[in-house]
Amino acid sequence: MSTPATQFNQDARRLSADLRHRQTIQTAMGKYEVARDQRKAAFHDWQAARQMAAETKWEAVNHLDRHLEQFVRNIEARGTKVHWAGTAQEARDLILGILREKNARVIVKSKAMTSEEIHLNEAMEQSGYEVVESDLGEFIVQLREEPPYHIVFPAMHLTRDEIKDVFQRKLGDAPSNNPEELTMVARRVLREKYLQADVGITGANFAIAETGMLSITENEGNARLTAALPRTMITLVGIEKVLPRLEDLALFLPMLSAMGTGQTLSCYNTMYGGPRQAGETDGPEEYHVVLLDNHRTALLADAEQRDSLHCIRCGACLNVCPIFRNVGGHTYGTTYSGPIGAVITPNLRGLNDWKHLSYASSLCGACTETCPVKINLHHHLLQNRRNASRQKPSWWQKAAFKAFAPLATRPALWSLVTKMGRLGQKLHGFVKGSRLDPAYAWTKTRDLPPIAQRTFKEWWRTRS
Amino acid sequence: MVEDALVSERDNMLVRIREALSVAAPLPGQDHGTAREMPVLSSIADQRRVLPAVGQSFDEQLALFRANAAELCGEFRLFNDLDALVAELKGLCAAEGWQRLASHGGELTGAACQALGLPVLLTDQAFDKRELAACDVGITDCDALVAQTGSVLVTSRSAGGRALSVLPPHHVVLARREQLVPDLPAAFALLKAKYGGGYPSMISFITGPSRTGDIERILVLGAHGPKKLTILCL
Repeated sequence: MSTPATQFNQDARRLSADLRHRQTIQTAMGKYEVARDQRKAAFHDWQAARQMAAETKWEAVNHLDRHLEQFVRNIEARGTKVHWAGTAQEARDLILGILREKNARVIVKSKAMTSEEIHLNEAMEQSGYEVVESDLGEFIVQLREEPPYHIVFPAMHLTRDEIKDVFQRKLGDAPSNNPEELTMVARRVLREKYLQADVGITGANFAIAETGMLSITENEGNARLTAALPRTMITLVGIEKVLPRLEDLALFLPMLSAMGTGQTLSCYNTMYGGPRQAGETDGPEEYHVVLLDNHRTALLADAEQRDSLHCIRCGACLNVCPIFRNVGGHTYGTTYSGPIGAVITPNLRGLNDWKHLSYASSLCGACTETCPVKINLHHHLLQNRRNASRQKPSWWQKAAFKAFAPLATRPALWSLVTKMGRLGQKLHGFVKGSRLDPAYAWTKTRDLPPIAQRTFKEWWRTRS
Repeated sequence: MVEDALVSERDNMLVRIREALSVAAPLPGQDHGTAREMPVLSSIADQRRVLPAVGQSFDEQLALFRANAAELCGEFRLFNDLDALVAELKGLCAAEGWQRLASHGGELTGAACQALGLPVLLTDQAFDKRELAACDVGITDCDALVAQTGSVLVTSRSAGGRALSVLPPHHVVLARREQLVPDLPAAFALLKAKYGGGYPSMISFITGPSRTGDIERILVLGAHGPKKLTILCL
């Protein structure tokens, strides 16, 4: 039977040996890294900005009830209908209810990780609606019938030739593999969909309590069009997206852009405060906001890991993670991948089934160091491991530590074992990497550094 | 019945949140100890201490806006009088062969559209979105230009609604140099002062023409929104 853990192991083994995949990811990441570092350097004081952002998010999350109620009061005052969805099922039912009521047929969507999280597209398609993703990357992976590879760059694993192929197959229109021409094909196809669509669905990056607005960051203009042309607009947003004040965006928008894509500011940063208002001639007649819990309150209850709700989904921790860069986004088998996914998924979807993600880390701490809102990511991975072994202790770990403890606490025995280890390593050279090797599972793709010829104590005794 | 269910889910969720928050969390950047309250949130002065520098004088800020606009592949031109601005617009019109304009009744847009002498779709009144999609250019006013980021600040009230600034393939922004603000904190302060009594339903910072990097991280302009952004400033 294939469990998430065995699936992860299989895919990770296959992809970490796939040099073409690695090349594609390294090229994309290389361009991102240069731009990101330039933007960070442009800040007067990047480290102080991180602390400020972390404090603002701390306030938002640690007084979530207060800010959420304020947000709802303000956005409802301008005629928005707010819905509260405790679970993924409730959110899907609420949205399907709105679509039914509006007699919708064509739905246009701008990028929303929350909709991936609740598998909204499948639910809408099964109910007979035509659903079109409008973000180019999302559109491409939708045509390929696969989930997004990365929370910011959904199609980063694909080459232009693969994209040309899927356009040819599904749209019958792919003049060449030139990125510009391919983008124009998508533009033509999607233009018509915006004009046809009855309902537009978006996600949101921030929910502003003080003024009752949802802030959406994007580059393509697809969210702008999704929010402008259809007669009904729905925004599906996690409850943790709240920021206390409008001016907090002055800090968060450039930080999100710097870390997400390496831009000074993404092309469109737009705040929506309601449906079409008196005196306005376009925009949706109805605006629905669906607030999604889906286990976020369980994460909120864990004071130790509560800061993982600070996440602004910039993807920066994925981009620096040596595991993500080798095993790729799909291997995680989760909506949120990389370090943040490895931290929150076991909490959102069950520790026992997803704890393996918390072991898929070298604990190098690059994620924690890069996180713009200072989530203590690699410590949370350790905490998940601790919680997992508390919940279901592993017999072999216990046995291994039982064997290790007497060696490590007896200096003479320890010294004997290291001496034997040195000898063993020499002999191991004859079988290493072959099937005769007892440690084959480990050594077929790894080298163990040689054990030092002298211990520190030996060196200390003989120093002149 | 349905309404009851919704109201109760709201209450349920708030109860879950309050129960969850009954245990205090450590403050950010601190591994130990917990707190109930965040002492103070950042002020505009605090934000300016950390955000990218913009320069003190108007000229420095203008130069920064110009540099940002150029980096973003947008056009930025400054004029001394309305006649020069209109002449530039006429030049653009001839060069690109505009047939149909879309605009709104704004302070600068009125004079500009009149001078072009082409049929104009005004988005101040009810309009057909397919007609707007067929226009060659959308000409709008704006609320502010932001030097720090090279952004144009528009709202559904100041720039002819939601679609005008994003549906036609070329967006021309008409601005006055007094509208240049140094940075994002100033832009948000302006929004609060101008609209605090009743915000428009859409507020947007437009930073360059629409773009994507979704294919091999290669920059392509004009993903879904305008392929060109021209800012003409008086």
